[in-house]
Amino acid sequence: MTDVSAPSPSGRSAYRINLVGLVGLMVVLFWGVVAALAPHLIPHSVGEIVDTDYFGPMSRELWFGSDYLGRDMFSRIMVGARYTVGISVVALTLAGFTGIVLGMIAAVSGGWLDMILSRLLDALNSIPSKLFGLVVVAAVGSSIPVLIVTLSVIYTPGAYRFARALAVNVNTMDFMVVARIRGESIFYLIGAEILPNILGPVLADLGLRFVFIVLLLSGLSFLGLGVQPPYADWGALVRENIGGVPYGAPAVIFPSLAIASLTISVNLLIDNLPSKIRDRGAEA
Amino acid sequence: MSRLLIAVVTLVIVSFAVFFATALLPGDTATILLGQSATPEAVAGLRNAMHLNDPAYVRFLRWIAGLMQGDFGTSYANNRPVASLIGGRFINTMKLAGLTAAVSVPFALSLGITAAIWRGTPYDRIVTVATIGIISVPEFMIATSAVLLFAVYLRWLPALSFTSEIRSFHDALRAYAMPVVTLTFVVSAQMIRMSRAAVVETLNTPYLEMALLKGASRPRLVLRHALPNALGPIANAVALSLSYLLGGVIIVETIFNYPGIAKLMVDAVSTRDLPLIQTCAMIFCLGYLLLTTMADIVAILSNPRL
Repeated sequence: MTDVSAPSPSGRSAYRINLVGLVGLMVVLFWGVVAALAPHLIPHSVGEIVDTDYFGPMSRELWFGSDYLGRDMFSRIMVGARYTVGISVVALTLAGFTGIVLGMIAAVSGGWLDMILSRLLDALNSIPSKLFGLVVVAAVGSSIPVLIVTLSVIYTPGAYRFARALAVNVNTMDFMVVARIRGESIFYLIGAEILPNILGPVLADLGLRFVFIVLLLSGLSFLGLGVQPPYADWGALVRENIGGVPYGAPAVIFPSLAIASLTISVNLLIDNLPSKIRDRGAEA
Repeated sequence: MSRLLIAVVTLVIVSFAVFFATALLPGDTATILLGQSATPEAVAGLRNAMHLNDPAYVRFLRWIAGLMQGDFGTSYANNRPVASLIGGRFINTMKLAGLTAAVSVPFALSLGITAAIWRGTPYDRIVTVATIGIISVPEFMIATSAVLLFAVYLRWLPALSFTSEIRSFHDALRAYAMPVVTLTFVVSAQMIRMSRAAVVETLNTPYLEMALLKGASRPRLVLRHALPNALGPIANAVALSLSYLLGGVIIVETIFNYPGIAKLMVDAVSTRDLPLIQTCAMIFCLGYLLLTTMADIVAILSNPRL
């Protein structure tokens, strides 16, 4: 994406990852672990009021201060990671799976199926994502399954387009012709011949899509239309504590920082992925 | 021309999607409007009056026909025509968008182009890293950071409030500063990236190498040889980036309590005021399509090979 990450000249192996990418990876892994283990790590229960004051400052007892009701921000952010990371990962998996499978099928079969799928998904893609989210939430109300489905529908066209573009290139290869002559089924073609050849770049692209999903989810929650109380993801945490802005309360700063740290590190990680993974198939 | 056709077809599909997404609403609109205690006869009467018994496609056609004639329906929440609710707010939103465009386009283009000229220098790296940073954080974080910086620590501007009484130029400046600054950041980051990429691509062409070899100076190289050829991609980048205004404007109007249509729509979503949501959604989609179509057309016009 950018040229900040020129491949390191001393790189012995194409699989070497540079320092910036490594830092990104560490932060992403960190949030993954936090999301998985949050209930065992938090010092206070999320609903428990531990501070007599609201919007309390950072202290030794409450690392990230307290929120608008005097609850422990540190614990709430740790648990919020579950919702932000969890919902995004599930939505991404759904979007990625449908998008990539449809993209490969479209590329392999071509013809009218390809045309209809592409037109349809392009039209879907031309609805601004936040607007789509708003309309769906208005129609069916907001719940976690609705959010997951909405987010995955919104980001399917992008994954489709990317996978299809790569698969079309692979489709012209000789080994595809051979496989076709052998009479292989379409599922064998996409699973065994196409997928291994586009996997690297497709995964990198999914990483970027993960960032968009996290941003959209946080945006919706921030508007009060995403994750609903008593649960709170990071976007909802910012919304709850927006009243603390005039006091510069840590309760509103830290959830924002959490989102930023996750999205920026994913971006850094993807940008600095070993070129062997990122470009595989793209140059074929 | 075919591009325009595609845009129209897309708009039809979008309106279809908007209508049926909102038609999915569980529960009956008439029952919701009249409340739990309504008699079945009253509900049936209202259903008839609102044509709710007609099949969905008839209602869809009627809705589209109404839109065409400027009849946007009546708001459920306060029984006023949607058009009168939207009117003034639409102008407010356009003011905000126009101001942002006026600030961000020159700002972003000068940064993007200069970064491309001095590419590889620390200046370029700072610009690139900053834009990635801004792209990867949510809009509300930029807004809250702006408030923290300008209103809380520096105390230059009022926090989180949009004063309705604007008496002087100074008041207007104060009121608009924060939303415009936030939106400018959101939109500029994209624009800087894209315009930089456009110029860099032109700088890599053989004829620019030729100009370099014949000894043209750096400014001349960029201004006379590269820019005219990069104009198309740059205009494309500007139009595309401005379509990011839509996402930004929804957050910014909410956070700063700005009386525009995006705020109206978010409020309508929480009260489930369907006619209002449908109309706002259509306005936004229309704006978005206009901008992206414009971007495509500019790209095609500037490059006869496309």
